[in-house]
Amino acid sequence: MKFSHAILEKNVILLAIATLITVSIGGLVQLVPLYTLESTIEDIEGVRPYTPLELMGRNIYVREGCYVCHSQMIRPFRDEAERYGHYSLAAESKYDHPFQWGSKRTGPDLARVGGKYSNDWHVAHLIDPRSVVPESIMPPYAFLARKPLKANDVVAHMQTLRTAGVPYTDEQLAAARQDLLSQANPDAGDADALLARYPKAVIGDFDGHPDRVTELDAVVAYLQMLGTLVDFTSYKPELDYR
Amino acid sequence: MAGPEVDRLTGTATTGHEWDGIRELNTPLPKWWLYVFYATILFSVVYCFFRPAWPLPWGGYTTGFGSWSSRADLNERMAALEQERAVWMDQIRDTPLDQIVNNPDLLTVATVGGRAIFGDNCAPCHGTGGVGRPGGFPVLLDDDWIWGGTLGDIHTTVTHGIRNAADPDARLSQMPAYGADGILTREQIAAVTDHLFALRGAGPENPAGKEIWAENCAACHGDLGHGNPELGAPNLVDQIWLYGGSRAEIMAQITKPRHGVMPPWAGRLTDEQIKQVTLYVHQLGGGQ
Repeated sequence: MKFSHAILEKNVILLAIATLITVSIGGLVQLVPLYTLESTIEDIEGVRPYTPLELMGRNIYVREGCYVCHSQMIRPFRDEAERYGHYSLAAESKYDHPFQWGSKRTGPDLARVGGKYSNDWHVAHLIDPRSVVPESIMPPYAFLARKPLKANDVVAHMQTLRTAGVPYTDEQLAAARQDLLSQANPDAGDADALLARYPKAVIGDFDGHPDRVTELDAVVAYLQMLGTLVDFTSYKPELDYR
Repeated sequence: MAGPEVDRLTGTATTGHEWDGIRELNTPLPKWWLYVFYATILFSVVYCFFRPAWPLPWGGYTTGFGSWSSRADLNERMAALEQERAVWMDQIRDTPLDQIVNNPDLLTVATVGGRAIFGDNCAPCHGTGGVGRPGGFPVLLDDDWIWGGTLGDIHTTVTHGIRNAADPDARLSQMPAYGADGILTREQIAAVTDHLFALRGAGPENPAGKEIWAENCAACHGDLGHGNPELGAPNLVDQIWLYGGSRAEIMAQITKPRHGVMPPWAGRLTDEQIKQVTLYVHQLGGGQ
């Protein structure tokens, strides 16, 4: 029988199957090599899973749609390296589910914003962006300071991420709630234990109210660690040319 | 079946369908569009030979002729940029700050660059042009320096920052929480605030407050409240305030002081960039 589009177009099940096969080929050709080739995975020291507080902050970042205006990927271009710092490495977002690379920069890129400003600045800026940057068009997020952080499901979030491949240990899961409080209040928690589990974690009373953990605490904790995990003084770019 | 039915008016073949007497023309794609499409396919084939393209089953990928890499390309561009700037950067690197000030050409280059660096990195807190922000982000245009306004002082502050955990050499000072930690009672704080207003010539003397000042405040802020940049203790008798100069704001600060934090810029900025931004801040108006 001669092949004819009419046969496909007049038989909806056949059309669905043929469509599926065609799309699958495209998808498989793009995706499978990335999962199987060693050379697509950079071996970078320092990248660790998010602390419980950072993770909750990241969830709020996603909830509020920060990615709509802020990218988190510095591309290997001269002007970007000049402004934002070292280009992002894929490995830096290997524990991101989903990643927050984004493609729209109404605001600046945030991939290396961690440590660039003080906690006070982040708090003032999130509550009223124009109080510190008069020309800013960012909406205010003052409600974050008033909302207590709902963190009773933090362990469930971590377990879900573990299913997706983030290597949270049993110890980290067991200590999650303690770690969350330790990071948000430098006086009350066990900072050494937190740092042993999550090196380079930034500990502080982020929002200026040590007695309570707000959503603002979580967001600032997340922002203050972005791009700080890899030590680029010992990074050898020529080993990862691609 | 005969060949496709041809529409009489246009001379174009129809699809052969008919809906209530309406037939659809089977107009071929425009030639220009079709050829551009073929050209893009051809381009993709050529592209595969010149850029990294295909993963190889035994590991690695085809690098293409010339082994182009976006990262290597960036490093070349950055190296070229560095070389372009080296004409001035080498001089800025090798000349001490106090000598750059005496070299008008070099100073111009340094401060113009410093202005751009300031805008990118410092202006979010200190405001465009260093105008500062209320609530603990100091003005850099005046001659009131918390940690000193000489070139060396500013350079140290920019390099290591203030009260941050990231740099062990960060400037550090901590005013005790006189009220929150129960060192002074509320009445005593009110009295010492009276004394401060007296020092400023803005109120009557309070003998009890004077005594409290001598015991608690004078060590850092001085007998007359002029401050001490060695300790990061602000001058309290000028008209410049970090956290407000009203009676209530001053008492709040004595009760539970807020402390400014500045990140270290060593590492994020190069040594030459830190020198440039130091010179820029120094010449904003208040450099000592």
